[in-house]
Amino acid sequence: MTDTDRGTQRDRHSAFSLFTQQSLPACKPVLTPEWVIMTFLFIGFIFIPVGLVTLRASHSVVEIVERYDIGCVPEPFRIDKVSYIQDDSIPKNCSLSFKVPKYMKAPIYIYYQLDNYYQNHRRYVKSRSDKQLLHGQNEHGISSCQPVEVNNDRPIIPCGLIAWSLFNDTFTFIRNRAELKVNRKNIAWKSDRGHKFGKNVYPFNFQNGTLIGGGKLNPTIPLSDQEDLIVWMRTSALPSFRKLYGRIEKDLDVDDVVVVHLMNNYNTYSFGGKKKLVLSTTSWLGGKNDFLGLAYVFIGSSSVTIAVVFTLLHLLSPRHYEDTSYLPWN
Amino acid sequence: MKLVFLPMQQTISEDLGQVEYIMTDKTGTLTENRMIFRRCCISGVFYGNESGDALKDMKLLNAVAGGSPDVVQFLTVMAICNTVVPIKSKTGAISYKAQSQDEDALVNAAAQLHMVYANKNANILEIRFNGSVIKYEVLEILEFTSDRKRMSVVVKDCQTGKIVLLSKGADEAILPYAFVGQQTRTFIEAVEQYAQLGLRTLCLACRELREDEYQEWSLMFKEASSTLVDREWRIAEACQRLEHDFEVLGVTAIEDRLQDGVPETIETLRKAGINFWMLTGDKQNTAIQIALSCNFISPEPKGQLLLIDGKTEDEVCRSLERVLLTMRITSSEPKDVAFVVDGWALEIALKHYRKAFTELAILSRTAICCRVTPSQKAQLVELLKSCDYRTLAIGDGGNDVRMIQQADIGVGISGREGLQAARAADYSIGKFRFLKRLILVHGRYSYNRTAFLSQYSFYKSLVICFIQIFFSFISGVSGTSLFNSVSLMAYNVFYTSVPVLVSVLDKDLSEGTIMQHPQILFYCQAGRLLNPSTFAGWFGRSLFHAIVVFVISIHAYAYEKSEMEELSMVALSGCIWLQAFVVALETNSFTILQHLAIWGNLVAFYVINWIFSAIPASGMYTIMFRLCRQPSYWITMSLIVAAGMGPVLALKYFRYTYRPSKINTLQQAERMGGPILTLGNIEPHPRPMEKEVVSPLQISQPKNRNPVYEPLLSDSPNSSRRSLGSGAPFDFFQSQSRLSSSYSRNCKDN
Repeated sequence: MTDTDRGTQRDRHSAFSLFTQQSLPACKPVLTPEWVIMTFLFIGFIFIPVGLVTLRASHSVVEIVERYDIGCVPEPFRIDKVSYIQDDSIPKNCSLSFKVPKYMKAPIYIYYQLDNYYQNHRRYVKSRSDKQLLHGQNEHGISSCQPVEVNNDRPIIPCGLIAWSLFNDTFTFIRNRAELKVNRKNIAWKSDRGHKFGKNVYPFNFQNGTLIGGGKLNPTIPLSDQEDLIVWMRTSALPSFRKLYGRIEKDLDVDDVVVVHLMNNYNTYSFGGKKKLVLSTTSWLGGKNDFLGLAYVFIGSSSVTIAVVFTLLHLLSPRHYEDTSYLPWN
Repeated sequence: MKLVFLPMQQTISEDLGQVEYIMTDKTGTLTENRMIFRRCCISGVFYGNESGDALKDMKLLNAVAGGSPDVVQFLTVMAICNTVVPIKSKTGAISYKAQSQDEDALVNAAAQLHMVYANKNANILEIRFNGSVIKYEVLEILEFTSDRKRMSVVVKDCQTGKIVLLSKGADEAILPYAFVGQQTRTFIEAVEQYAQLGLRTLCLACRELREDEYQEWSLMFKEASSTLVDREWRIAEACQRLEHDFEVLGVTAIEDRLQDGVPETIETLRKAGINFWMLTGDKQNTAIQIALSCNFISPEPKGQLLLIDGKTEDEVCRSLERVLLTMRITSSEPKDVAFVVDGWALEIALKHYRKAFTELAILSRTAICCRVTPSQKAQLVELLKSCDYRTLAIGDGGNDVRMIQQADIGVGISGREGLQAARAADYSIGKFRFLKRLILVHGRYSYNRTAFLSQYSFYKSLVICFIQIFFSFISGVSGTSLFNSVSLMAYNVFYTSVPVLVSVLDKDLSEGTIMQHPQILFYCQAGRLLNPSTFAGWFGRSLFHAIVVFVISIHAYAYEKSEMEELSMVALSGCIWLQAFVVALETNSFTILQHLAIWGNLVAFYVINWIFSAIPASGMYTIMFRLCRQPSYWITMSLIVAAGMGPVLALKYFRYTYRPSKINTLQQAERMGGPILTLGNIEPHPRPMEKEVVSPLQISQPKNRNPVYEPLLSDSPNSSRRSLGSGAPFDFFQSQSRLSSSYSRNCKDN
């Protein structure tokens, strides 16, 4: 070591110098059998219980799913459902009844489920104007709403395919000949009502064209209070989705018979979609979904299996890590 | 000594780790280019043989003090037969400005022997010897040319008026021109002996000229100097007229010491599988001696030198074929075979027998090319490059610039010959021994890091792409993007760039381990860390991770939770979590910065998204707050991490433990077994195609670095002139051929 070395020694140990000389103190982990086996065992012992808890939560949810899109078409019209649904002269009321399989604690969420409905299609997703929804007619920029932006040379509020295709089946629930009250308030996100849909924007020129997509809106209610529309406009990423219709704030007992009177207005027949009515309670994890629980149990048990296999391998053929003797040059 | 590398170009740092051929200059690169006068032989008497330093030899000091006329004459030639300019400082000390390091050494040595070259005033030289001042008038200077290999001065003694020709030059340029009757045998022996010691020899001679002879010649010389046609040739002819019938005074031996650590550096780098070629303008014997003393070639019987020479095409062709034959026959024997070629033969070989010479170049691990011009150096580099080898050229002088620029990587040594080479080079270093660290440490790390960085970049981008592709299948193949534009933009710029940038600090093996096991570099050369199969591994990993993220996201967030914005952020954060763990798993050494970058980046991801979630106008208003409040979000994240990383960790552990690569083995040894003391001293593993080579290729570590002379060429070192074109070495090659070998190493299998 020369004098200059000693002279610069202090510099060398400053953090910046250690960084530029790439000699920061470093931890160099080694994948030892102990560590790896412990890691897998740890994953296993955490994941299996969590999975079981998750599964329990999912099973605690009571869910009733009733498909009604075919049942609600009268027998004679079943050959040509599309013309049935498009014929305004035929009344669309229909009723379902089902028995409650388990005690359902309030609040009971009412969803409608649509299958094979591509709300995530590129042209569909884009066909809306957030500016118009918030600020109303004065705003430009409704060109994004193609192909449903104007009718009779006047802009449509709310414009776009999403709003145009608003779901418009309605449900009333009757238990023991008494109507079950359905709370249809607060079904949309508060943030959407407050910041995405304008308080002073009223529907205008909506569903006035020759081609009617779906539901109509009451032009006297501002968009921020049109909760069905707000829920509908939160598009789904999957082609099979549920949207909140309302809440029943009374418990349902086992073997209660619930009769649903519904207006089967919405056309899913032309593209082979399915319509379902869903009543579901909720848990801390959300609705009924076994996937997370099953996946957790599967991952957990696979980890334990891997740990066992590695342990056996380690016991049968232990490796000495410090052994460099079989390097080809030794 | 502070170690400073100055890269001039940043793009080639990873090439450093894949160097296969190093072309090195000799003087100033391997040697210090600091000439020291060591021994001399004056009229048959050897000085400095016992002590190794003539300046301390009492015999010589006594002879100087006694004023022995031979010695005085010898010292006079040493002092004034040069183009050195003395500079007197204010304190009276004299320093010398010399163009040639040899002349500098001679003048300084003469000054120490009390023959001080004190002053030069126009044409009058002033020399102080033992208190008396002698003045000479310089009449002519016959400058050094590489054809004549000598230089002379004609001086007139101002006291006596005698005109004397003083000459110094290579032995073959002086000794044959001694006057008839002088015994030159002792001088030939002296030259031979000094050359064997690796010393540079010069013969000193003088001749007294008659006045009329000088006048007559002077006219001729002036005329030659002023001609416009063929002037150089005319001057050479004129000089020839004067430079004959010498009285040979003696031989000087100048040492050009090897730089510190040169033999170790060459040995280490050769263990790392790198081949060395020495390209020098020096003469063959000196080159061979230096090559021997710095482990470049091994002495007999381990090493063998094959000579390619010849003056005509036929001779070169025959010589080349002979050498090739020897190389091919003996390719399986554990021997160091090197070929030696001089500039003239090289010219012919490159022009007419390029194919054969290329084959030779591939077969031979070591080569010495002497008397080569700068453009030939560049041609040789180009030849190796055309064979798809990665070359590094290292040199210090202006004559190396073309080679440095031609090579894949040029390294300049900023030495005593100025900065020309250093300026032209990609890297400039101070000493040859730093090359070891440059290649083994910096080159290797750069290659490893670049390999990781590039493959990781593909991986992370592919994950996102695959997810988008999968999503398109459930969105009616309409091309909807699952991720919003902010996320897509920030993904590559912010979310995934920072952790991997800190991989510039990653070290798979410590520097000490690499220095002890230089063979590990071999695992960079064939692109073992970045090749189609490693790339396929990363590709597979990205596909797997995309499937994990996509499948888990769409199932965990199905039905009533399947809102577009939420699902998009779930999938994106799943990717970010996996990135963090992938980088963590692939990092070999964690410094505090790595932890900061990897985990800090994860935190930053959430912070950025919370900020975006707080802006009503952004597409994801409130989304991230909603997600972070949901237990199912965190459960989904840990599921993605476990499902994505579990198999990767298991596979990595399995390979690390039961199918370890050489790097893994060293890592394990380094981290578990304390310091590694086994010093590998065996050649790199033969490539698979050479399986039939049973005996391990072994090169012993030379125990002593003192150059022990053993005859390598059939001819004596000082008589190479005679061997040129004679065809005599043929017998030599025949007898040695069974001992030679070549290296499987050179057969590229990819």
